[in-house]
Amino acid sequence: MMLLDIVSIVIGALLLIIAFVAIQSKDLIKSVLFLSGLSMLAVVSFVLLKAPDVALTEAVIGSGLVTALFIFTLLSVKKEGSKK
Amino acid sequence: MKKLFAFVLTIGLGVLMIFSLRANTLFPEFGDVSIADRISALFLDKSVNGDNGDVVFGQTTDAEDGAANLVTSIVVDYRSFDTLGEVTVLFISSLGVALLLGVAGKQKRLALNFKPNFMLRVGSRALFGIILMTGVYVILHGHLTPGGGFPGGAMIASSILLLYLADDEFRTKVKGFKVLESVAGSLYVIVGLLGLVLATYFLQNFLPTGTVGDLFSAGVLPIVYVLIGLKVGSEISGIIDHFLTEGDLA
Repeated sequence: MMLLDIVSIVIGALLLIIAFVAIQSKDLIKSVLFLSGLSMLAVVSFVLLKAPDVALTEAVIGSGLVTALFIFTLLSVKKEGSKK
Repeated sequence: MKKLFAFVLTIGLGVLMIFSLRANTLFPEFGDVSIADRISALFLDKSVNGDNGDVVFGQTTDAEDGAANLVTSIVVDYRSFDTLGEVTVLFISSLGVALLLGVAGKQKRLALNFKPNFMLRVGSRALFGIILMTGVYVILHGHLTPGGGFPGGAMIASSILLLYLADDEFRTKVKGFKVLESVAGSLYVIVGLLGLVLATYFLQNFLPTGTVGDLFSAGVLPIVYVLIGLKVGSEISGIIDHFLTEGDLA
């Protein structure tokens, strides 16, 4: 029981830190990747809170579909004045 | 300085939320809740309308709701009307994407600024089947294990997304997806209306529920979840296709 408490506290702290880094990073792609990492950690915390249904949905949508769609969109959006 | 301020603000807000929830007597410690005092007890015993006694996995037959997964029994049986609304929300969002990004006439794939190589193409074909089968499994076992129509449908859509990612010529049959989506959505409403006709109210479980834990159990729940899975999968695949195509001007 003690170990689970420590793990959930560490994951909670990591969630806050990664969320902050995702907001603050200058590169949008990096920001999306941090968001995906945030979703993966959220999955672990959902499992610890005994909500496997939510964890499964979060794993598929949060770190799979949304990340892929964001990256696709960012790859196809061209910067103003860029050469490509 | 600004960054530091933002960081302190974030941490402060989190601490404030945690402490205000701790001080609130409506939020007991995790694991300290007595289920018997809550309405969840009725759902756990599957006895909202009457008394079923204890529910034992693999033994109880003809319970009020035969799903082994409690979340499914709430989402698709007791609160099925909410799920119908949720499906409608997803439909409206896909309609919005189609209105914004859809083009009439000839369409072509959006040019990506990377070229998928041979290994990526072949590997993604192999992975596609595994992800698709996982999605189908999650949908079919929605009333037994965690998951169900929404995550399973999203898994099917992500397998389609993988094909889009790995092949810059690939396009799905969008028209077929649209037909599938509308048929699945209409069938969901028809199942609800059948509940109204054969039983008492809209979306009622009118089939026999069988033994808790069997694959063929829980009455209409697996049917409804398969319909939701098909609808969600085809809808999100349609959204992905709209994101990755553009009108062919040439």
